[in-house]
Amino acid sequence: MSDSNKNWVPVCDAAELQPLLGVRALLENEQVAIFRVQDQLYALNAIDPFSNAAVLSRGIVGSLKDQIVVASPLYKQHFNLATGVCLEDDTVSVKTYAVREEGGKIQLATN
Amino acid sequence: MSKQKVVVVGNGMVGHKFIDNLINHDQADQYEVITFSEEPRLAYDRVQLSAYFSGSTADDLMLTSGQYYEENGVKYVLNEKVVGIDKAENKVITASGREEAYDKLVLATGSFPFVPPIPGKDQPHCLVYRTIEDLEAITASASESKVGVVVGGGLLGLEAANALKNLGLEVHVVEFAPRLMAVQLDEGGGQLLRQKIESLGVHVQTEKNTKEIVAGEALRYSMNFADGTHLETDMILFSAGIRPQDELARQFDLDIGERGGITVNNFCQTSTNNIYAIGECALWNNRIYGLVAPGYTMAKVAVSHITGGDESFTGADMSTKLKLLGVDVASVGDAQGRTPGCLSYVYQDGVAQVYKRIVVSEDKTRLLGAVLVGDVDAYGTLQQMCVNGMDLPENPEALILPALDGAASAGMGVDALPEAAVICSCNDVSKGQICCAVQEGATTIGAIKSATKAGTSCGGCVALATQVMNSELEKLGVEVNTDLCEHFAFTRQELYHLVRVERIQSFDELLAKHGKGLGCDICKPTAASILASCWNDYVLKDEHAPLQDTNDYFMANMQKNGTYSIVPRVAGGEITPDKLIAIGQVAKTYNLYTKITGGQRIDLFGAQQHELPLIWKELIDAGFETGHAYGKSVRTVKSCVGSTWCRYGMLDSVGMAIRIEDRYKGLRAPHKLKFAVSGCTRECAEAQSKDIGVIATENGWSLYVCGNGGMKPRHADLFATGLNDEMLIKYIDRLLMFYVRTADRLQRTSVWMDNLEGGLDYLKSVVIDDKLHIAEELEQEMQHVVGTYQCEWKTTIEDPEKLKRFRTFINSDEKDTTIKFVEERAQIRPATDEDMVKFVDATEPAIA
Repeated sequence: MSDSNKNWVPVCDAAELQPLLGVRALLENEQVAIFRVQDQLYALNAIDPFSNAAVLSRGIVGSLKDQIVVASPLYKQHFNLATGVCLEDDTVSVKTYAVREEGGKIQLATN
Repeated sequence: MSKQKVVVVGNGMVGHKFIDNLINHDQADQYEVITFSEEPRLAYDRVQLSAYFSGSTADDLMLTSGQYYEENGVKYVLNEKVVGIDKAENKVITASGREEAYDKLVLATGSFPFVPPIPGKDQPHCLVYRTIEDLEAITASASESKVGVVVGGGLLGLEAANALKNLGLEVHVVEFAPRLMAVQLDEGGGQLLRQKIESLGVHVQTEKNTKEIVAGEALRYSMNFADGTHLETDMILFSAGIRPQDELARQFDLDIGERGGITVNNFCQTSTNNIYAIGECALWNNRIYGLVAPGYTMAKVAVSHITGGDESFTGADMSTKLKLLGVDVASVGDAQGRTPGCLSYVYQDGVAQVYKRIVVSEDKTRLLGAVLVGDVDAYGTLQQMCVNGMDLPENPEALILPALDGAASAGMGVDALPEAAVICSCNDVSKGQICCAVQEGATTIGAIKSATKAGTSCGGCVALATQVMNSELEKLGVEVNTDLCEHFAFTRQELYHLVRVERIQSFDELLAKHGKGLGCDICKPTAASILASCWNDYVLKDEHAPLQDTNDYFMANMQKNGTYSIVPRVAGGEITPDKLIAIGQVAKTYNLYTKITGGQRIDLFGAQQHELPLIWKELIDAGFETGHAYGKSVRTVKSCVGSTWCRYGMLDSVGMAIRIEDRYKGLRAPHKLKFAVSGCTRECAEAQSKDIGVIATENGWSLYVCGNGGMKPRHADLFATGLNDEMLIKYIDRLLMFYVRTADRLQRTSVWMDNLEGGLDYLKSVVIDDKLHIAEELEQEMQHVVGTYQCEWKTTIEDPEKLKRFRTFINSDEKDTTIKFVEERAQIRPATDEDMVKFVDATEPAIA
């Protein structure tokens, strides 16, 4: 499905999303963590599957083995921001979302 | 087969070592052991006896416990003197008439202090220095004395002088010989030692023969010397050497040497085959060994012989390295140069007050002995060369000449040592054993210590043990990767230096110059901590904010359900009723779970991200500031009430705790730091389990360092005594900054010190003696941190831009519905999967 067919929901002004600092948005009833790293946008479910707490937007962002990752602030597992896959246990992953910057706004897709 | 019965007479260090070796032997189950002690307690560390004066208790000095003996089936009887041996019946008889049969009898009766037959020696306040009871008597006597004299300028005498000095007395040392430590040092060494000791305020008189002790005019006694002079004093400590405790053996016809001591052969057997003698009561080859290490060797030999082994005693190395009254002294082998034809090299530095002498064989191929005063760095090498008969280098003088212009020291290198070379004589650990431990995976000196026990007693061998470890690691081709993470090929310490030296101000700059990739959750917080230690910027500054762990970012501690706990600073644990009410009010308003922490503060749990600024606004209005409970930083300074309220308090522990906490609050360090201040040696604040522990004594503060509670508890080490407020702060400044500079990431102070080459002594030399000449710099760096302190929460709530970061959702005012609490014991706690029963809606305050 191309971008134009998606249902894009504006979340915040682009200026409110600072590089490397995650924010949390509510998309329908889901909590989504959004990051900007090296001018790339990433969005994944904010709930850490190891603790069931909504903490992933509050993790430190960085790179590990050439992957862009966020470290969960609770038990420190790393999640690939592009795929949602956990580096320490690849049977575990978190849902990712389509995200883009459009007209000065950060937008998430609902489907 | 019935068990063999072994009776051990005397439970001193050596007697205990014998028992410990026997019950840990493969054939331990074939023996039944009983020991008699004349003293009211089991074996304690007599070598560390003087620590008793600086706050250690009798319990701290214990080497074993009744429980340990009971668990291992060892029977023991305290306060019971053995007075008879029935060789025909193979039994001993005690003072109370008890009879105990033996198959093997081991005499470990030790020695007693020699008191010269001076008229007047038996008066009150004329004491000796040997047992804990003696120390108690000395302390009691010192409390009613101003001046004390130590008779005897040997090792023990100088230690006794130190003890009296610590008790606040004016101290004189009176020695019969022409110089101090006449047995171990040569004339040059003895003279320099005397100068150094006199400069510390201890008066030394040599070539004095005490004729009598009579009533004094100004003070309690007058000691009249053979040369017509006299010295007035309130108390006298005799420390004129030891005599073997051989009375029992003498009475019951075992062979005794001409000048005392129970004669033993190479297996430590006396003239009666099934009776052994070990330690200071034993005379081997016409020698008494007055050190604990040879005694331990004898204990091992006796166990070996009794259990059918073939170890034998072949003499012992009497080399010693000590710090006497703060002066480093070492003596190796034939220090006096008594070997016929021997030659000497002497190095003397009158400015730095260093004296070194080595004695070599006539053909200059072997080292025979050495004397070192003021600088004992070469001790390890010299002692090993001497004991192992290693070849001397071509220019032996290089062994004692200082290394100039950064040239490598002339040490022989540990590779030249044989496998059997004993590196740690306290615990009898050989080079081979250390190499083995390395091969089995021990790669830090801390790991070597736990694997082999090397370096865990006096610590004198840590430098040498480290060299052995490093050399072995190199041989194994183990490249110990000390890189911080994949982004930086440096240790934390190296990064710290880069930041300091290049005055790097941000992570981006550091990464661009010295790293690669984007960084990660290891290097970012590390860099944040280093930057904060060095420049003390506001942690949420835009360039620093993405580096912070969530705790530092939200300035609160994240708990298991993603909510935070809040700990306002309660310096020293002192809090007013108004502040207590304010905290209670805030907790009630936001429905927080409250708990008193182990560090005497109040923890408020269950705050959500968006509530943090609201809560802090109220707390700051009530006069609180952040407690840094979230940071790798100074947490808390625990205290008792000290002299303000307590009937035992010696000094104002609360005042000092508050002063320390206010000084170091906000300091970012490699690991969290905890302090405590106790107002007396009852130690109600448990200062000895802290990174920095301070205990009040009647002579000022005692400083303990590098302890920790937590997962692997470790008692703090006594660092300095008799400190006034200013010196105490100076030492803490230096020590903490040195730790911040040199520790690894997340390395506790205890592990840091264990891994410092030279350990506690090295740390003392840096902090107290300023060996590296950085004390002033360290103090200035600390002063910068102290001077630039700000309450991070206050700064944050005053900045509307920063406050936006605390919103739960960027696009909604909804609450986080994943957070659920239930009630327990009248407060909230996070709901578990099991108890989805009665939810307290986290979004509704408990009271309106």
